[in-house]
Amino acid sequence: MIMRKVLVPIFAIVVFLVFWELLVWVNQWPNYKMASPSDLWPAYVKYDTLFFTYGWQTLWRTVAGLLLAVVLGTALGVLMGVSRTARDALYPLLVGFNAIPKATVVPIMALMFVGQHDLNTILLAFMISFFPIAVSVSIGLSTLEPEYRDILRALGASKLMIFRKIALPKTLPEFFGALKVSVTLAFIGTNLVEIIEPHGRGLGHLFDSAKISSDYPLMFAVLIVLALMGILLYYVVVALERIFAGWAERGAD
Amino acid sequence: MRKIDNDHAAPITSGAASSGASATHTDSSTQRMENALIDIRAVSHTFQTDSGPLQVLDKLDLSIAEGQFTAVVGPSGCGKSTLTRLVAGLLKPDSGEVWLHGELVKGPRASVGMAFQNPVLLEWRSILRNVMLPLEIVPERVPAAEHEERARSLLSLVGLEGFEDKKPSELSGGMRQRASLCRALIHKPDVIILDEPFGALDAFTREDLWQTMHALRATEPFTALLITHDLRESVFLADEVVVLSDRPARAQYTLSVPTSSHERTLDDLYTTEAVEMLAILRQQIQLAQGRTPASHS
Ligand SMILES: Nc1ncnc2c1ncn2[C@@H]1O[C@H](COP(=O)(O)OP(=O)(O)OP(=O)(O)O)[C@@H](O)[C@H]1O
Ligand SMILES: [Mg+2]
Repeated sequence: MIMRKVLVPIFAIVVFLVFWELLVWVNQWPNYKMASPSDLWPAYVKYDTLFFTYGWQTLWRTVAGLLLAVVLGTALGVLMGVSRTARDALYPLLVGFNAIPKATVVPIMALMFVGQHDLNTILLAFMISFFPIAVSVSIGLSTLEPEYRDILRALGASKLMIFRKIALPKTLPEFFGALKVSVTLAFIGTNLVEIIEPHGRGLGHLFDSAKISSDYPLMFAVLIVLALMGILLYYVVVALERIFAGWAERGAD
Repeated sequence: MRKIDNDHAAPITSGAASSGASATHTDSSTQRMENALIDIRAVSHTFQTDSGPLQVLDKLDLSIAEGQFTAVVGPSGCGKSTLTRLVAGLLKPDSGEVWLHGELVKGPRASVGMAFQNPVLLEWRSILRNVMLPLEIVPERVPAAEHEERARSLLSLVGLEGFEDKKPSELSGGMRQRASLCRALIHKPDVIILDEPFGALDAFTREDLWQTMHALRATEPFTALLITHDLRESVFLADEVVVLSDRPARAQYTLSVPTSSHERTLDDLYTTEAVEMLAILRQQIQLAQGRTPASHS
């Protein structure tokens, strides 16, 4: 069991790193084309404090944006799941909003909230990541079979009671499925702001300054840290899913 | 008790049949009026659909005495489920009245238990907690100290002892339906409404569940309204079988099933009496579908 869950992924990562190293070595790629894993370590050692402070900034702003997306995305999803009118009214708006490339929103927000870097970043992380949550919650609620509602409604249960006892828990698996997508999206949002409008904060800024000083290993080092943070948050969501919606897991194996 | 009217058993044209059947029905419903637990009086209902109004029930009369088990059969889509929703108070009739226990039904009420073709168990809850769900809404119907005990005893009555802590996904379809029946009964409802609860089960499981229903009824007397497509099921389980006409549905024919002196077994379905009742019901269904019944002697 532990073998499966821990050793297999670690082994896969090691194989991947070795393959990467070999690929660079065999092709004799220079650093500016493709850094190799062995170049990364010196970069981490050299800039360790920067990685910690910037990494933390990126992480907390991503999580804050994500939390905002969970709260507002769920609220929108509930509204659209419960009311047909709300669904008809909001769907086209949301789809349109989601279709706007978020890179174009960054300068607009920078003008709207001049100097409020944290707020800008959090808002963009939110904007890019709330959509899957809103859609999946609304679909989960609106596709609830009427019989589920009827067993409680026939006893005179209030709408709120039915929502709490049946609709909400039944939608949790869809919610967590969407949250896994949103985690990655939120990282994209944070870094978009940090790279396009660098405020001297976050891993995106570190990446940008590495680019300016042509420090290619540092650029790759940033990407790897971003990947690791993505994995970390993803598994936090998986753990929460186990706790709150573990019942939805079909007994595999 | 036995009341198979031979006029209706004889092959007749559909026009004559419906007038004859409604005549039988009128006098039986007046005589049953006083002790009726469920009394459905001239209920009509029309749905507004995208393709215009669709009348589903037409001045339907039906009453069920306390402790009586009534089965309702009728052509597909004639309005049987609509009828159950009206009785449960989930739907208001356009006209007519539904009375339950001498009170006009205006909305849902705690004295009703329901089970459907889909067992609709909550997958995140254990079987025991699923069965106890209605008590979270209407806890006052059973003394608090007995909640769990009652759930456990119902579960063992339907043969689910030892499965209390399992999740619904770990049970077979028949077992889930058993749990769903326990949930319908947990809060000691005056009436249980069963909308084709055995419809999706294989023949053997279904017959097992028929026996379970008899066992439940022996220990927990209840009044039941069962919707079914299976004529054998209706004759095996019910005291009275009501045939509905095609949409808009009216009560077309009522058949009383004689109470047997012993506990019913599947063999009872093959007695001459039972075969005769089934033949009558089959004819009535064909009439309801607007087909002339095949001649039968
Ligand atoms: N909420 C609704 N809105 C519009 N039409 C409805 C609604 N509910 C049912 N109907 C229609 O009313 C008719 C009767 O439906 P109902 O479910 O009562 O039939 P039924 O006798 O239970 O059918 P079945 O034997 O297939 O279960 C059907 O034609 C159905 O399409
Ligand atoms: Mg139906």
